[in-house]
Amino acid sequence: MTREIHFRDALREAMSDEMRRDERVFLIGEEVAEYDGAYKVSKGMLEEFGPRRIIDTPISETGFAGLGIGAAMMGLRPIVEFMSWSFSLVCADQILNNAPKMLYMSGGQFGCPIVFRGNDGAGGQLGSTHSWCVESLYANVPGMKIIIPSNPYDAKGLLTSAIQADDPVFCLESERMLSMAGDVPEESYTIPIGKAHIVRPGTDCTIVSFGRAVHFCMEAVETLAKEGIDCEVIDGRSIKPLDIDTIVASVRKTNRCVVVDQSWSFASVGSEVAAEVHRMCFDDLDNHVYRVHSDDVPAPYAWNLEQEMLPNAHKICQAVRGVTYTA
Amino acid sequence: MPEANQPTRAEQNTPSEVPPPGHIDGPFDSRSIDLGRIESLQVLDEHGQVEDGLDPKYDDETLLKVHRAMVLTRAFDARMLAMQRQGQMGTFAPNLGQEACMIGQVWSLGPDDWFAPSYRSFGAQIWRGWSMEHLMRLWAGYHSGFPPPDGVKDLPFSIVIGSHVLPSVGLAMAMRRAQDAHCAVVNFGDGAFSQGSVSEALNFAAVEQAPIVFVCENNGWAISTPIDKQSGNDVLATRGLGFGVRSLRVDGNDILAMMMATQEACRRAREGQGPTLIEAVTYRMSLHTTADDPSVYRDESLVDAWKNRCPIARFETYLANRNLLSSEQADQVRAACEQEVLDARTQFRETAVAEPRQIFDHLYAEMPDELEEQRLEYLRRLDRKGVK
Ligand SMILES: Cc1ncc(C[n+]2csc(CCOP(=O)(O)OP(=O)(O)O)c2C)c(N)n1
Ligand SMILES: [Mg+2]
Repeated sequence: MTREIHFRDALREAMSDEMRRDERVFLIGEEVAEYDGAYKVSKGMLEEFGPRRIIDTPISETGFAGLGIGAAMMGLRPIVEFMSWSFSLVCADQILNNAPKMLYMSGGQFGCPIVFRGNDGAGGQLGSTHSWCVESLYANVPGMKIIIPSNPYDAKGLLTSAIQADDPVFCLESERMLSMAGDVPEESYTIPIGKAHIVRPGTDCTIVSFGRAVHFCMEAVETLAKEGIDCEVIDGRSIKPLDIDTIVASVRKTNRCVVVDQSWSFASVGSEVAAEVHRMCFDDLDNHVYRVHSDDVPAPYAWNLEQEMLPNAHKICQAVRGVTYTA
Repeated sequence: MPEANQPTRAEQNTPSEVPPPGHIDGPFDSRSIDLGRIESLQVLDEHGQVEDGLDPKYDDETLLKVHRAMVLTRAFDARMLAMQRQGQMGTFAPNLGQEACMIGQVWSLGPDDWFAPSYRSFGAQIWRGWSMEHLMRLWAGYHSGFPPPDGVKDLPFSIVIGSHVLPSVGLAMAMRRAQDAHCAVVNFGDGAFSQGSVSEALNFAAVEQAPIVFVCENNGWAISTPIDKQSGNDVLATRGLGFGVRSLRVDGNDILAMMMATQEACRRAREGQGPTLIEAVTYRMSLHTTADDPSVYRDESLVDAWKNRCPIARFETYLANRNLLSSEQADQVRAACEQEVLDARTQFRETAVAEPRQIFDHLYAEMPDELEEQRLEYLRRLDRKGVK
């Protein structure tokens, strides 16, 4: 049975379903238990699963990320919540050095089946230190997977896959989307990590995006349709592994490509997509790949500037007009 | 292998007059270890009475100035909350009940001392020279609001908990190297103390005898996490001792105790006697931030107990006993502060302007060419959209 629920509920259903199914799974983080999560994602979970499995922590990201990694090595399946991925920078050593390398450094003896999840990207006036998009920064590191759901349905399916995965998975959510409603089946299901989704078919230009930015693309596509430009929108769903095959197949059809990525442009997910498309679709392209990113400044605190700095429909329309020579 | 009669590297680097560290050659020392005592300080009891012989006897002018600053802090806080509820202010962290900590930690600083505030430091910032209109611009989300006013040696605060404490120690160490006889005060919360970087900061400060005063405002809460879930030892001052930092626990709702403790700590820092940790014991009477609702996690009767420990009321009793401030005069101060806040609000409303064009300023000491191109493209974008 499918019904409409919010993004945060979809995340919670994935966690609760897996906790019911697998007693090795637990949730740990700041404010996740008594407070129901800083963003109410874990609402009611303490009541159902008790304090041994829904664990509040001191404000020590290094502490609870590191503990989670140790627990995972012992065969448990921790879900570590960061209030914001911005705060994961405090424990970069744990999540980038220990989690993704444990299996490798132990010669395959013990791995790290752990999920780190939390809000990524600008939350709406949280200031530069609290508005990080970590995807490009972290995607550079081998040994872990990164999922970035853009809607409640994907959130539940992708997070379920992540909890079941034997490798570390980083799940990037967005505070701006937690109250977004969408149709989600009641029963448990998985969406494979590393498979993109064509959100809207089109013929003139492929737009590739991830997470919250997919919605900026959908907004832009409406405007572009009125101008007679018919775009195909691909939601990557996962960043690592990247489903380049779906992207390439689309670009071979449309012959144009725009990548929309909330990170800064330099050495980013967007530049990776562009490089691969140039390599694999060299003879199919009518123009080079256009990229839309955040401007190269720390996220401003002022509302008007924050909007202007992020990828937005205006920037995306400009890029599509450019790549289709209709500017 | 070095030849037998050649000194090893370590020996070469150790001038002969410096004795080797004690425990390397000596036997294991099995005496019990005495880390010293946590001094605790309260001058005014909960009824505003002075503890015997402790009155620091500050001059009248200082006392009245400090009193007014506390009242102004509270008036500003209340007005900010009202503005936020009316949709005229962004999310911010109220200060109610922490006025003595705020003013006490900065009152003895001069303009050449440094202060590293947290996001809950309004009162201290106003004392340091931030105008209230400026703070309103900051929290309402104007680009010009974030940087400290010219000439005010305050750090911009970090939203990432604890991340400003190490840089503050670095700054203090640099002052010491430069033989600059000033000091730094850094403020953080009980929750922040759980961050590893804060422990690292204490360690460095002790090793380097940095001229810094750590003020940990232990207000009992970190969002919904109470202190007993934050720390296995709720006397946070003990941590300083473990690192070799002089540490004391002060009644953070007692302005005289806060003033004495920080004045002494700053004096010691400036005179080269090293760092101090002050655990200011207080209570977060209000919301964590305006996005929080404490009624879901704490019993409001806990708050009632602290209402009787109001730092302003306590101080006013003391001032009245010294014949410095009658209750009518206290009311006049309140009215004047209220008016000052309203004037600041008027000024804020009349002068705050969105400045969309400044977004690339100050990212580099000198604008790199490729960024300048991006900046120009950004400005063209604003022009196309008709943004002024
Ligand atoms: C590294 C990091 N983790 C988590 C948060 C979210 N957060 C914001 S304020 C806060 C509580 C801080 O408590 P405390 O240090 O006691 O200061 P207080 O708010 O009581 O003044 C938390 C957990 C953050 N800002 N930074
Ligand atoms: Mg606190």
